[in-house]
Amino acid sequence: MILTVSTTHRPATDLGYLLVKHPDRVHTFRTSSGDATVFFPEATQERCTAALVLDVEPGREFVNDRAFAASSLLAAALNQVFRSALRGFSKDRPELAGTAIPLEISIPAVPGDVAKFFGPLGWTVTASPIRLEEPWGDSRYVDLTLSGTFRLSEALNQVYVLLPVLDDEKHYWVAPDEVDKLLRAGTGWLATHPEKRLIARRYLAHQRALVNQVIEPEEPDEQRPERPRPLAAVRRAAVRAALERAGATRVLDLGCGQGALLAELLADRRYTEIVGVDVSPGALETAAKRLRLERLPERQRARLRMFQGSLVYRDDRLRGYDAAVLMEVVEHLDEPRLPALVDAVFGHAQPETVIVTTPNREFNVRYEGLTGMRHGDHRFEWTRAEFRAWAEGIAGYSVAFEGVGDADELLGAPTQLAVFTRKEKS
Amino acid sequence: MTSVVLPELSLVALVGISGSGKSTFARTHFKPTQVLSSDAFRAMLADDENDQSATAEAFDALHYVAGKRLKAGRLTVVDATNVQEHARASLVKVAREHDVLPVAIVLDTDLDTCWERTEARTDRDFGKGVLVRQHRALRKSVKRLAQEGFRKVFVVADPSTVEVSYQKLYNDRKELTGPFDIFGDVHGCYDELVALMGKLGWEGTTHPEGRTAVFVGDLVDRGPNAPAVLRLVMEMVAAGTALCVSGNHEAKLLRKLRGRNVRVSHGLAETLEQLEASPVEGLEGFLDGLVSHYVLDGGNLVVAHAGCKEAFQGRASGRVRAFCLYGETTGETDEYGLPVRYPWANEYRGRAMVVYGHTPVPRAEWVNNTICLDTGCVFGGAMTALRYPERQLVSVPAAREYYAPARPLETPRGEGLLLTDVTGRRSIDTGYGRTTVSAESAAAALEVMSRFALDPRWLRWLPPTMAPSSTSTVEGYLEHPAQALADYAKVGVTEVVCQEKHMGSRAVILVARTPEAAEAAFGIAGPGAVWTRTGRPFFADAGPMLDRVRAAVDKAGLWESLGTGWVMFDAEIMPWSAKALGLIRDRYASVGAAAGAALPRALAVLDAAAGRGLDVAALRDRIATRAGHMESFRRAYRQYCWPVDGLEGLRVAPFAVLAAAGLNGVTRPNDWHLEHVDRLVAADPELFAPTRRIVANVADVDAVTDWWLALTANGGEGMVVKPLAGADPAGRVQPGLKCRGREYLRLIYGPDYTLPAQLSKLRRRGLGRKWHLARAEYQLGAAALDRFVAGEPLWRTHELVFAILACESEPVDPRL
Repeated sequence: MILTVSTTHRPATDLGYLLVKHPDRVHTFRTSSGDATVFFPEATQERCTAALVLDVEPGREFVNDRAFAASSLLAAALNQVFRSALRGFSKDRPELAGTAIPLEISIPAVPGDVAKFFGPLGWTVTASPIRLEEPWGDSRYVDLTLSGTFRLSEALNQVYVLLPVLDDEKHYWVAPDEVDKLLRAGTGWLATHPEKRLIARRYLAHQRALVNQVIEPEEPDEQRPERPRPLAAVRRAAVRAALERAGATRVLDLGCGQGALLAELLADRRYTEIVGVDVSPGALETAAKRLRLERLPERQRARLRMFQGSLVYRDDRLRGYDAAVLMEVVEHLDEPRLPALVDAVFGHAQPETVIVTTPNREFNVRYEGLTGMRHGDHRFEWTRAEFRAWAEGIAGYSVAFEGVGDADELLGAPTQLAVFTRKEKS
Repeated sequence: MTSVVLPELSLVALVGISGSGKSTFARTHFKPTQVLSSDAFRAMLADDENDQSATAEAFDALHYVAGKRLKAGRLTVVDATNVQEHARASLVKVAREHDVLPVAIVLDTDLDTCWERTEARTDRDFGKGVLVRQHRALRKSVKRLAQEGFRKVFVVADPSTVEVSYQKLYNDRKELTGPFDIFGDVHGCYDELVALMGKLGWEGTTHPEGRTAVFVGDLVDRGPNAPAVLRLVMEMVAAGTALCVSGNHEAKLLRKLRGRNVRVSHGLAETLEQLEASPVEGLEGFLDGLVSHYVLDGGNLVVAHAGCKEAFQGRASGRVRAFCLYGETTGETDEYGLPVRYPWANEYRGRAMVVYGHTPVPRAEWVNNTICLDTGCVFGGAMTALRYPERQLVSVPAAREYYAPARPLETPRGEGLLLTDVTGRRSIDTGYGRTTVSAESAAAALEVMSRFALDPRWLRWLPPTMAPSSTSTVEGYLEHPAQALADYAKVGVTEVVCQEKHMGSRAVILVARTPEAAEAAFGIAGPGAVWTRTGRPFFADAGPMLDRVRAAVDKAGLWESLGTGWVMFDAEIMPWSAKALGLIRDRYASVGAAAGAALPRALAVLDAAAGRGLDVAALRDRIATRAGHMESFRRAYRQYCWPVDGLEGLRVAPFAVLAAAGLNGVTRPNDWHLEHVDRLVAADPELFAPTRRIVANVADVDAVTDWWLALTANGGEGMVVKPLAGADPAGRVQPGLKCRGREYLRLIYGPDYTLPAQLSKLRRRGLGRKWHLARAEYQLGAAALDRFVAGEPLWRTHELVFAILACESEPVDPRL
């Protein structure tokens, strides 16, 4: 990993004074990530260049770019070897340290949108894309050269802050004193940067509490027009309405995900037993956190159970309920696996009522910019006729259909909902 | 001498007042672990066996333990006074809950002796009045015991004269090992029965090979000639060439013959009419002697009329009998007014094969090691028999419909998988050893299996992980052939085959000759399937690939030589980029691009500095070395990438024949595998890539090393060393050890892993866990195919395949 700083200010060799490095010597430092070497490949009165080479020791992770691309490692090394220059302090050239001089900074492999962050600061940004092997196109890196007239300390501070921001991956522990570092390094330029909030967020590794110490949180804009109710909320309301019509009080939420529906059911006293089932242990953990399960009063807590389950295995724990909800679930299974779901839910668990929602593919043309399916994990999306054919083929249940969300006269509603009712047996 | 004959499995309640000698009696006649004493439980809970305040809790715990013992099929003796009815009632309840017979042994020791003994004890301080009251309660109880549900009652006046012996249950005929011919429901269809017996080689009432007939019941009703059927079966049973369990129709006929008020329906009228015209001597006695089910062949076979779930096998109670005769019903009735049956067989997970009848089905089909043989002969279907242990079905068609069915024949819902087949912490006996799967790994595997994997009916095997050979000490190498050969030499393997390791994506290819062949073997019609190492479908549509593979199998003549309608191959599908393009671009090529920009720039700047006379030579050397490593790194991944379009450009390197009809290839020698895959490669050399290999002795280190060096010099992945004779799944030998190329390993450990400092760190890598997993997964896979080709039920293979996936979620260094 390498960074060079050049100036054409005369005498250019004064750069050595500003950096506190003699241009005719090789300076080596130990840093936590490997040896950093500073030397001057050119040093004339007209032009002087300082180079920082960080020889990153191969880490324990197997293959990554940390040894080659600019990142927080380089920023940390910069901070260590050019500490005085970053502070704007120069014993030998105090006046020059406070003067804007023509600078050129080059880094051969930088990830991210360099123009967005360096452009607004007044730099002339030259970024040549680095290509992958044919035929794979451009890599995520550019060969970056910044030119402009800045105080050296200002320029180095900007680079110091923005390299980890561009990489968006802090390689070190973000301690609260990072806030002070950011405030110090950002003096004079961060407050007016249009991307200041993004910069703070990334620099502080997305820790909201720290970010708010640097940048005031945005006030909610009261003038903002009311946004339409999201489809997911409309869908939950439709599912709850269907549950109420069925008179269900003991319900299964099969594929409960992060528990949005569970929360609404829990808030409604008519549901005496609520069971959230998901195949993902991670989703269940998130749901438990979001529902603040640990802190629920005992009475409330007793109404809700959550456990891992699968809709392609028969599960005795799911038998004997009033209703089961499969909200936006079936489309996450490969179609050939649906008979197993039908067997497990309708054949084995056999709730009195089953409510299934799934996208209506016909409606997709109404979503601008949508290509393919609505979610990366959807294995299929059905037209109304396809959904109907599947639903009507399920033995032992009668079925009624409705649309959810603002319907298009021709295309139908964005979400389709089916209510299955177990056929009466005496 | 008083003889006490106990059923082998029973709950024995000792009944007697304090000081009657119960504990001494229990000590004399039973093992200490068989005896649950109320005193001991009081002591356990209250530190004092006389603390009466602990009595209720003590009995609660005692009943719980008794239940656990009975569930496990262990005789249990309860040492408590049991003179009060409520105490005995809870024992009868526990016995019934576990379908074992409650037995009472009353110690009728005279009151004075009891009092003497009680007075002699220092820890008992109650008055004689207590004893008198107990004695009065006992006297009242004795007569009522049978009514209370005790199936046997022994009253013992002098415990010293008692001799205890044991009696098998009537249903226990484990000593009979067959071979058996098991017949489905006959329903008076005498002609068909005779025809079927003839087809099975019976000569009259005996079989020349000494086979035993077993009738699943329902000999009578509906059909044309119940008396002749009864006479034949009764004669065979009397002669010892047949066994017969009771059907519900026999039970009803017996009640009718005994003059009970029975509704004459479901074909009983025909039987009564036929018996009137042609009486059968000894019929009532015969019917009365029919048991609900038999446990045969050391417990491997259970025959019952309507089936028998595992918990009821070899047990005796009213509900066991009801289940065996009538099956389990849901309590609902269907649109024909008939009871809805609960599909117990779908959930059956027992070890014993259960053969039954009762429910007419269109075809006899295996469901979880159970089979219903009632193919509705009397309704114009067929009469079916099962040859055991051959598992062969033989049937004859009905001459005509004798009786109209009340509802159409049911098609069974099929084998499904239960969540409890796979979840939670599990200890699995593969037959080659025991493997434990943690609950966390199972949970992780459940998500993958449910969301991404193929239908489990296809997915009968997953590739086990493969361990690298021990870490090499050869300078500059982390893995080296010398070590792989030494690893095998150490465990006594002499001949090995070294095979080129292809770098693509692992694929299991299952191809069926016809959809019908797939349906017959896998229970699912289709061309076959191709899946990845985690069970995902390899292709969105595997059809075109399977067509090519099928054509090659045709041409190679493998259907014939393997005698099969389907075959499963282990293979690598190349290029790597076909499946892993995203990974290659975003990780490997991306790092390559960054290094390709940064390192030359650094060198140029260093050269300029050197030109100024600065001493940067050491740094320049280091950077130049890294640039060289980077070149090797980029060369390594580049050779595994080429464009594909559909099948165009794809290469398949098959290296093992995993399974075919009746054949588990996993345990075959490796030259057998190579011979078969070579035939496949020859049949379609455009699609199939050959696998380079040499056969060597473990001492041929130089020859193998030269071969391997040539294979890997430019970043080739390396080789797999396998014992030529294959590896015994039960043994200690690894089925294969990989030995990866020096340059290839840059993709795994980073471009600079060959730097001496790096290498010495990496040499400390621990291989134990990986070696253990490789062996465990190999065993699981071998056992899965054993079970599959032996025709075992889906859940039996699935639990093993699932366990392989779970093992793959265990935390282990992914670079190994």
